[in-house]
Amino acid sequence: MTTRVQLEIFEGPLDLLLHLIKKNEVSITDIPIAMITEQYLATLEVMQTLNLDVAGEFLVMAATLIHIKSRMLLPLTDGDEDEEDGGADPREELVRRLLEYQRFKDAAAELERREVLTRDVFVRSVAPAEDIPAPEFRDVSVFELLTALKRVLDRLPKDVVHEVMLEKITVREKMTLLLDHLRTQGSILFESLFAGVTTRMEVVVTFLAMLELVKVRAIRIFQEEATGSIQIEAAADLENAPAVLAMQDPEEDQHGT
Amino acid sequence: MEREDIKSIIESLLFVADGPLTIQRLGEVLEGVGKADLRSTLDELQAELENNRRGVRLVEVAGGYQLRTPKINADWIKKFLGGRPARMGRATLETLAIIAYRQPITRAEIEAIRGVDVDGVINTLLDRRLIRAVARKDVPGRPFLYGTTPEFLQLFNLKDLTHLPTLKEMEEITLPAIPGEELPVEGVEES
Repeated sequence: MTTRVQLEIFEGPLDLLLHLIKKNEVSITDIPIAMITEQYLATLEVMQTLNLDVAGEFLVMAATLIHIKSRMLLPLTDGDEDEEDGGADPREELVRRLLEYQRFKDAAAELERREVLTRDVFVRSVAPAEDIPAPEFRDVSVFELLTALKRVLDRLPKDVVHEVMLEKITVREKMTLLLDHLRTQGSILFESLFAGVTTRMEVVVTFLAMLELVKVRAIRIFQEEATGSIQIEAAADLENAPAVLAMQDPEEDQHGT
Repeated sequence: MEREDIKSIIESLLFVADGPLTIQRLGEVLEGVGKADLRSTLDELQAELENNRRGVRLVEVAGGYQLRTPKINADWIKKFLGGRPARMGRATLETLAIIAYRQPITRAEIEAIRGVDVDGVINTLLDRRLIRAVARKDVPGRPFLYGTTPEFLQLFNLKDLTHLPTLKEMEEITLPAIPGEELPVEGVEES
């Protein structure tokens, strides 16, 4: 028999447990711990198969469930007073937590049924900024930037050319170039930053120049959707850009190939 | 001043006010008009707007009075504003409920109830100004204690914290049935 697990977005281990209890239509105060534990572990497995990040809390709960299950298998003997809670139902603490959590889930649902501002009722002109459909820009993560950088590096000619000519490119030069670019064009694509660049060193210097400008908040990097192209635009008033550059003195100014 | 004049002035003040207007503030502007008179005039205005099915209603919220549109017109307003409704995620809403009922409460105490890390959610709620740090708890590490803000009351149309829906007793809690194969929605059983 294959266990088909309906994967949903579980807020956490308690949420998942409540779901399993409801699905099996069992009593929350008399949880068939062996069955629920089995289904709980099966769900974790599916989450792991899907490469979902199974948070540590889910694993802690798995351990708790297995512990409870093993304790329930032990026969209750009278001399067990030294046990943590003197032979009480090992599920008690878990049940208390589940009920407490459900209680606040109910409270949350209750709140949501109220007349919610900007959903059901409105006030004059105080439309919260979040509700106005702003263009959807996401911040670009460092990892996305690195992936984009790798694409650029991969495009470089593979032939190993031993250049003897010493070509000096400084981060500062690149910063100035980039700002000039933005002043005339408004915004540019990440990839076009590297147009005409043929050496690894220059790619790296250009990339560093871009990061430096981000650091001093002279430019902004964003993308319109998760897989969209990365764009760069001026963040500060570009007339002040020379001042920004003057303030900024990258420790290492000399790069050469 | 005639009563009708006072009512008219109050309506104007409510219209231009940026947030809920307290009786206190109204009294400061309308010098010489007693609090009891202000209150009864507000009641009258409220009844008038209600009875004439007007497009704005007078609501007591977050310790003051505010003109708000009635729920029945919501769709038209949304069509006009054109925005997408900002839905609050389950995690955010649950955490907010815990803070509302258990305030002041620390991050760790919230995590104990939800069974998951709440750092991200807390930051979202702080950003939206629905909660704020109200004090520090006198335990090792002196963690922040969080509580709700007037913005929270405004968001959920609450007069004050005592008007929060009563929290169910543990014995009353029943698990809602799972509707078909769908996601468990907010359909909680009436108790």
